[in-house]
Amino acid sequence: MKWLFTYFKPLRTRIMVGTSIKIIGTLSELMIPFLLSYILENVIVTNNVANILFFGALMAVCAVVACLGNIIANRMAAKTTMIFSTQMRKELFANTLALSARNTDRFTIPSLESRITSDTYNVQNFVGMMQRMGIRAPILLIGGTIITMLMDRKLALVMIATLPFIFIVVYSISRLGVPLYSKVQQSVDGMVRIVREDAQGIRVIKALSKIDYENARYDKANMTLRKNETKVGVIMGVVNPVMTLLMNIGIVGVIAVSAYFVNQGSSSVTTVIAFMQYFTLISMAMMSISRMFVMYTKCAASAKRISEVMECTSELKTVRDDGQGDPSVHISFEDVSFSYLGKKDNLKSISFTLKKGERLGIIGATGSGKSTVLNLLMRFYDVNSGMIRINGKDIRSYTKEELSSMFGVVFQNDFVYADSIEENIRFGREISTENIIEAAKIAQAHDFITSFSDGYAHSVSTGGTNLSGGQRQRVLISRAIANNPEILIFDDSSSALDYKTDANLRRALSEHFPSTTVITVAQRVSSVKGCDLILVIEDGVIIGSGKHEYLMENCQQYKEISNSQMGGEFID
Amino acid sequence: MTEKNTEKRSKKGIFLRLSKYVLKQWPLFIFALLLTLGANQLSLLGPKYSGAAIDAIELSSGVDFPTVWKNIAFMIFCYVISALLSYVLSIVMIHLSQRIIYRMRKQLFEKLTTLPVNYFDTHATGDIISHLSYDIDTINATLSHDLIQVMTSVYTVVGSLIFMWQISKPMILIVVITVPVSIIITRYRSKVVRPLYRKRAKKYGELNGFAEEMLTGSRTISAYGRKEIMSSRFNKINNEAMDSFYKAEYQGALLYPTINLINNISITLVAVVGGILYMYSQNGTILAASAFFITLGGVAQFVQYSRKFAGPINEFSNILHEFQSAFSAAERVFAVLDEKPEREDAPNAKAFVKADGNVELKNITFGYTEDKTILKNVTVNAKKGQTVAIVGPTGAGKTTIINLLMRFYDQQSGEILMDGIPSADIKRKDLRLAFTMVLQDTWLFCGTIYDNILYGREDASPEEVYAAARSAKIASFIEGLPDGYNTILSDDGVNISKGQKQLITIARAFLSNAPILILDEATSNVDSRTEIQIQTAMNELMKNKTCFIIAHRLSTIQNADTILVVKDGTIIEQGNHTELIRQGGFYYSLYNSQFS
Repeated sequence: MKWLFTYFKPLRTRIMVGTSIKIIGTLSELMIPFLLSYILENVIVTNNVANILFFGALMAVCAVVACLGNIIANRMAAKTTMIFSTQMRKELFANTLALSARNTDRFTIPSLESRITSDTYNVQNFVGMMQRMGIRAPILLIGGTIITMLMDRKLALVMIATLPFIFIVVYSISRLGVPLYSKVQQSVDGMVRIVREDAQGIRVIKALSKIDYENARYDKANMTLRKNETKVGVIMGVVNPVMTLLMNIGIVGVIAVSAYFVNQGSSSVTTVIAFMQYFTLISMAMMSISRMFVMYTKCAASAKRISEVMECTSELKTVRDDGQGDPSVHISFEDVSFSYLGKKDNLKSISFTLKKGERLGIIGATGSGKSTVLNLLMRFYDVNSGMIRINGKDIRSYTKEELSSMFGVVFQNDFVYADSIEENIRFGREISTENIIEAAKIAQAHDFITSFSDGYAHSVSTGGTNLSGGQRQRVLISRAIANNPEILIFDDSSSALDYKTDANLRRALSEHFPSTTVITVAQRVSSVKGCDLILVIEDGVIIGSGKHEYLMENCQQYKEISNSQMGGEFID
Repeated sequence: MTEKNTEKRSKKGIFLRLSKYVLKQWPLFIFALLLTLGANQLSLLGPKYSGAAIDAIELSSGVDFPTVWKNIAFMIFCYVISALLSYVLSIVMIHLSQRIIYRMRKQLFEKLTTLPVNYFDTHATGDIISHLSYDIDTINATLSHDLIQVMTSVYTVVGSLIFMWQISKPMILIVVITVPVSIIITRYRSKVVRPLYRKRAKKYGELNGFAEEMLTGSRTISAYGRKEIMSSRFNKINNEAMDSFYKAEYQGALLYPTINLINNISITLVAVVGGILYMYSQNGTILAASAFFITLGGVAQFVQYSRKFAGPINEFSNILHEFQSAFSAAERVFAVLDEKPEREDAPNAKAFVKADGNVELKNITFGYTEDKTILKNVTVNAKKGQTVAIVGPTGAGKTTIINLLMRFYDQQSGEILMDGIPSADIKRKDLRLAFTMVLQDTWLFCGTIYDNILYGREDASPEEVYAAARSAKIASFIEGLPDGYNTILSDDGVNISKGQKQLITIARAFLSNAPILILDEATSNVDSRTEIQIQTAMNELMKNKTCFIIAHRLSTIQNADTILVVKDGTIIEQGNHTELIRQGGFYYSLYNSQFS
């Protein structure tokens, strides 16, 4: 958790001022029981009402100072927390987006998401709590102890004796509770999963008349949840009664012992009254401290998860080009092999070359390695052996920016986000509105966009659920071509277009982008039929390459696929 | 005015309905009530005995040890028993609330399974889940925690007041002033703060949503090198969220110190007034018989009681708020419980066990809403063993016909005849069991592969399950897995592709021996090569069955006995392939466009 402190450095002054104010406030709070016992013990005997009023006023002043001090300090703490948390989350998000594909795979998207959200909230809460309670509680604890020691050492020792028990009880039970809570969480997840499954599969369930079966399945999960929740409750329920009991026993102890000392004349009974007050304050502080320990374990786990992402550096290093490439060849794969996990090769000895403006089609079954070729070309991953060149230069010698500016790409299940259609096409690049409209026209998207009353300003909902599959696809294609890319990549992306639109799109593309190299990955023969080069990939190996006519003659698998599709998808 | 009345009535209704759940567990509830009374009474007695003990110590004639010991013994007894009782109480409350919550969840889920498919089509899964998790949790929190808290608080406040009254009547005045002040302040402050916290929650939600959205697009963002611009958008939302956090905290920071101030002032007043009264009581100005007379122990007790008193008062506003949210949660839960279930079978509904598979749709008209008709006067006749293919663009209502066949929805006019019997007169369960479906959205549940296939027909033998898997060409894949048929399918478990999932659902369909088959884009997730492999199996599956097929592969469509061409919500053409080609209509142009 050391890295956290780097964030606090610039906030040093603010934290110090806030802490000082908090200390003043807390000390004033400590004065109140002291003054109370002082009035009862020393002021009343003066038989002077004015004196009592004076000390009463002093108590009131302390109360006001304590109140103001706490308010100001808590507000300053909120500000510190805000600045800290904003900065931390900002850097974490930027780092997350900068992760290499391999690292993103390793962390997984849901995990990265929860690191940015719930983990940062955990750390933020802890930082906030530390500033509020982390200062107050120790002061109340130590200050209270010192004052009671000064007032009456022997009585104080009786009282302090109970403190370790309070700490042990609260701390150990809370620790015991943490794994139980995660068990409850698991059973909640289990229950929710069944509800989600059934809500989605209601047609199948009803069709097969499985309602009783599903009810029984749910009942089991419901029962487990009930059992686990009860277990946690029974254990955590110990904390409060035991705490209260220990506190009360401390008070009883003080009274009992004080009886002896008062009898000896070495204690006074008014001290006992003050003690009872201090004891409440001190044991509250003890409780806060034990809670903070539990919070700490939670926060430390989150902080670790955050720092894992923060410290993750890209394994994709820039290297020098060997100068061996032919600059007139646009894209070349030279004996490229690659494995995602380092166990079995996902691509083996892939070689091909493309000239500027040529069209490449890649076809093969799901999982054959089609998309892997694209992942390597865009350098989401580095090859294990072999070399990929663009314009004759090793792609590892380009900077990330140089490389990404060459591509326009539409992935499988690519994403549109909650913003206007125009912004979805622009995608944060500097592209004029005219160029965007131009791109949309080529992508066959202009007509449907202008059919919305607000046209290009029409807002897309999260995940693009207010657009049909085909509309989404055309927005994505507009995005890909809006920046006039050197290389255009379609990963199985015309599948949502009906035949006519698909044909129009292809015609418009070759008209407007004659010098752009286009790579299409597809499952349908019709999508790659017209390409200058078609690669048929099976299990990471090229089993056929050439034009459509050639493959129909010479590649058995290609022929099979083509025949089964009978010229492609019929409708849709 | 009337609106407000109905709202009140419904609130009362919700309260009564919730109470019924509690009262159903009345033995536990009464036990809990008794425990609360006992535990609180004992803990209230504590300060009384400590006051007596202090008075006994204070005696100017020396310490009265027997009295001190007696009171200490009482105190220990009270505190120990009170702690025991409150622990037993918390256990009782957990069991009580868990019983209620378990029952509510059970009722809610079982209700959901009886609801018509329409409910699931019109409600987001997330909403449905939130009823069963978030809403019920909210009710649970109130039942298990706040209920006790309220009972305890009321008792503590009243009890403390009584004891304080006994100690010193004049000093009660102090509390009478300070308590309403702190109630007013909490209520007022929470009115200021609550919207701020609500806003904060909303902003957090936006932040989470944005992070999720952008992370799913991380590859695209990386491909276009758009990291900076997306980060700056994130920063804007992050700043807004943190700003709302700060604003809420800024205002929220006021409440507890202020309440604390009032308590401290109250104690100060007790000290001053109590001190003065004690002074006069000691020097004889106030006689022991007077209402103003007070001992030192009395002052000590008073301080203790006023501290005890402060706690529940501070919590008051919080609890009120929690009760409100529990009420609205209960309202949402009850709303689901009151949903209309799928219409019951008519009392004279017929059993329908050995269907032949003749299906006839006669003059069917249907729309999901009154104003938008999807099917208009549709008539289709599928004889036993025939194949009906439904083609047309997405969203044209292809699936609607299936929804009507299965009676997920009921047509507005016309009738569907199953072997000549109107399907509305057949028991729903029997009707549906006459069909087997393979849908585009593969549906598997978290469980073993074996159980998922067995789902098709529960009384099937293991051999039949293996045979079904073999027919669907998935057996060798399954047998290749380390756990074979016992492999558990889950989101984070084994890597199994969409295509393989689809094959498992096809195996499930093989297992069921219903006479009518529905294939809704059943092979859309299977790649072409695998499709070729299972084509024979699919033909096997379709043999001797009446089939309704939504497909895009021409080979399947061409061989169908009847092709329905659906466009813009109506069936525009109907006939077999040759007839439709001869007609030269929409089907013809679709068919030809692939060769252009």
